[in-house]
Amino acid sequence: MCQDCGCGDPNLVPIEVQHRILERNDQTAIHNREHFSADSILCINLMGSPGAGKTAVLEATARAAGNPRAFAALAGDLATENDADRLRAAGIRSRAITTGQACHLDAELVHRSLHGFDLDDVECLFIENVGNLVCPAVYDLGQAANVVALSVTEGEDKPLKYPTMFQKADLVLLTKTDLLPHLPHIRVTKIYDALARVMPDPQVFTIAAINDSGMTQWLRWLEQRRAKLASSAPATHHHHEHAHAR
Amino acid sequence: MHEYSIVQSLVDSVESVARPYEGGSVHHVYVDIGELAGVDCDLLQTAYDTFREGTICQDAPLTIERIAAQWECPHCHLAIRRGEILRCPSCNEPAKLAAGDEILLRRVEMEVA
Repeated sequence: MCQDCGCGDPNLVPIEVQHRILERNDQTAIHNREHFSADSILCINLMGSPGAGKTAVLEATARAAGNPRAFAALAGDLATENDADRLRAAGIRSRAITTGQACHLDAELVHRSLHGFDLDDVECLFIENVGNLVCPAVYDLGQAANVVALSVTEGEDKPLKYPTMFQKADLVLLTKTDLLPHLPHIRVTKIYDALARVMPDPQVFTIAAINDSGMTQWLRWLEQRRAKLASSAPATHHHHEHAHAR
Repeated sequence: MHEYSIVQSLVDSVESVARPYEGGSVHHVYVDIGELAGVDCDLLQTAYDTFREGTICQDAPLTIERIAAQWECPHCHLAIRRGEILRCPSCNEPAKLAAGDEILLRRVEMEVA
């Protein structure tokens, strides 16, 4: 209680902090990033709505690249291993992360899933996030880049409705463009305009996974990002302070 | 709905801030949430009020300050108006986010004996 004037008020001590609430997640994400960097693995956090075509893009990527051994994937979903099964069938070694009710992946879930996952010869690890345009954008997983799949069927103004997701994107893959002839009300220029109002320097590739269209540009982008990673990678493996239990 | 998991991290953060004040109790918690942080303030408030029971924050109300998104030119610092193309009209540089992506515990008021 207040000792000064006898007013009976409690003694309040204000503590000013600037504490990032998700600091623990961010620390784990840094740790994941160090792993990827030390192993020269480009890690891509692939996000988008349910049904945006994330898995189809990865299947087409494996087909187009011709060496699926260079790819691995963690597939996040609330339930089922269907996406991981599809990716395995496409030749990409994959693990499912089933989150139960959780609407996003976090760095710890990714870290746990990496234990015992054979990443030998892998050049690019895709984390196919839970289909959701809100929550996954909040959590750093340790990725080198965020890629958002946006299908033309989702409407022209999706980026304006979900600005956080697109603001965090390094690249947008505009998917299902083969359907455009059936969507006379969708103007691709309007989608580009919406992206420019939520992304400062929007980079967009158009893709039709069904006929592998747009894959060359996408594969080149992945190569360039991986080369950039290699030039900034630390020379030695980082020090581990925790046991990597399975 | 990731607001529950944010509240869990928030309570952990408050615990670490309060730890040196043994015997004291948490009286009030203040957070800053950016408009582009991807966190819904109403849901966060509801999640906090549901989750705080039985934690160090049980008797501490939460005040959330919403921080507006602010985009500006990295060179001339011209503010980009809401809804405009995120590129400086004079320098042609991509805008930078100056504020609006915070998920911060800003202040904890402790009641001490």
